[in-house]
Amino acid sequence: MIKFKNSEITPENIYKNRRSFIKSIGLSASSLAISTIPFVNKSLASGRDKLTSYKDITTYNNYYEFGTSKSDPYRNSKTFKTTPWEISIEGEVEKPIKLSMEEISEMFVSEERIYRLRCVEGWSMVIPWMGFSLSELLSKVNPTNKAKFVEFESVYDPAQMKGQRYPVLNWPYNEGLRIDEAMHPLTTVVTGLYGKKLPNQNGAPLRIFIPWKYGFKSAKAIVKIKFVENMPTSSWMWASPREYGFYSNVNPNVNHPRWSQATERVIGEGVWAPRIKTLMFNGYGDEVANLYTGMDLKKYF
Amino acid sequence: MQKYLKLSVFILSTIPFLVILYKIFLNKLGPEPVKEITHFTGEWTLIFLCLTLSMSPLKRLTNLSVWVSFRRTLGLFVFFYATLHLLTYVGLDYRFDWQPILDDVVKKKYIFIGFAAWLLLIPLAITSSKKMVKLLKNNWKKLHRLVYIIAIFGSLHYIWLSKTIFFKPLIYFIIIIVLLAFRIKIKNRNVNYG
Repeated sequence: MIKFKNSEITPENIYKNRRSFIKSIGLSASSLAISTIPFVNKSLASGRDKLTSYKDITTYNNYYEFGTSKSDPYRNSKTFKTTPWEISIEGEVEKPIKLSMEEISEMFVSEERIYRLRCVEGWSMVIPWMGFSLSELLSKVNPTNKAKFVEFESVYDPAQMKGQRYPVLNWPYNEGLRIDEAMHPLTTVVTGLYGKKLPNQNGAPLRIFIPWKYGFKSAKAIVKIKFVENMPTSSWMWASPREYGFYSNVNPNVNHPRWSQATERVIGEGVWAPRIKTLMFNGYGDEVANLYTGMDLKKYF
Repeated sequence: MQKYLKLSVFILSTIPFLVILYKIFLNKLGPEPVKEITHFTGEWTLIFLCLTLSMSPLKRLTNLSVWVSFRRTLGLFVFFYATLHLLTYVGLDYRFDWQPILDDVVKKKYIFIGFAAWLLLIPLAITSSKKMVKLLKNNWKKLHRLVYIIAIFGSLHYIWLSKTIFFKPLIYFIIIIVLLAFRIKIKNRNVNYG
């Protein structure tokens, strides 16, 4: 197994103590905004809120650009270059803009956001991301009245990403959200995890994270955000429209053709640990259920 | 001599089982251990299936009859690993929670066909003894042709559970098709030459 040097990561026990310290001194209206972000320790069964280890988060990834096996992204992304990096926000906007990573880190303050990640394959993690709401980034442009959806495009670079040399998916990786979903405060632009810079295998330098949707909705290594009029066809919808819908909200009542979605396996809990029940909207129903009022979520899966 | 060879085949066939036990108890299975065990036992089932089906073609190719004497042992290990595979899924993964399991069998074609393949293995395992061969006579041969269907089911099970076009399931499928094609040739030859 791969070993990490102690110096490379913040030891998890220190990391966790730091969090309780920050809470204990009562930074109620601080930049950490503890009260506004639904932390996982809020009224959820124990075990669900235990942070997944840094090692598991960074060595067990679905990131087909670097290979289809879970350990491929860690192994094949080590030399991936993330500087210089530029993100273009374009499409149905009054004035398209381009922002460099440097500009983004100057403009927006990343805060710690602990969210559960539920993969469509039936496993889950709890990840202490660093990031800020996508709505902050999107507010830098003025969408036209035609704009209804937001499309995310990941980087296409087969020279550096060997998975892209095979037609496993319709490259570049493409995802999308309805504008109200994209503007929701839980929809996050991720810049780091465990208080560190985002590792390449987790989508460096910049990725999206949508905690109430299956993991594949959260596109990695974003280069383009495009406002569009019509519902975009994501890479996975392209690959199998029967299996992957546009919404892909975590929903224990709608089964994937090949996996039951009623339960999930918690990563890092070992061979004898039982599955746990999957929660509607991955447990973020209080925050996001109103986005889908009146919609048949079995039809719009 | 043949006795020792058969014993070696038996001992070699237990190695994957010992490896997975070692990995379970020394915690070497990574972040998603149950999935690892499921995949491991499933893949070894297919490997043993391919090995079992290779014995009579090997006999033809090498003109050595010793190959077919390994067939029973290898075939029983197909059943052994298939049963471990099933038990991992039913017991370790789903804790004998029958509702979601039944749901899976009915609604998911890869689970349906995998389960069907395991069911078809049962009569073959039961009738594998020499006594049964004698008892069933010609019917024994007919019954044991079920293994061709099992092999196709097994490789489809692997193909259908894969997310996109993957290399490995296709390789197993091709190997099994080639091994089955050998049978057609053998049969034709039998017809031609009596």
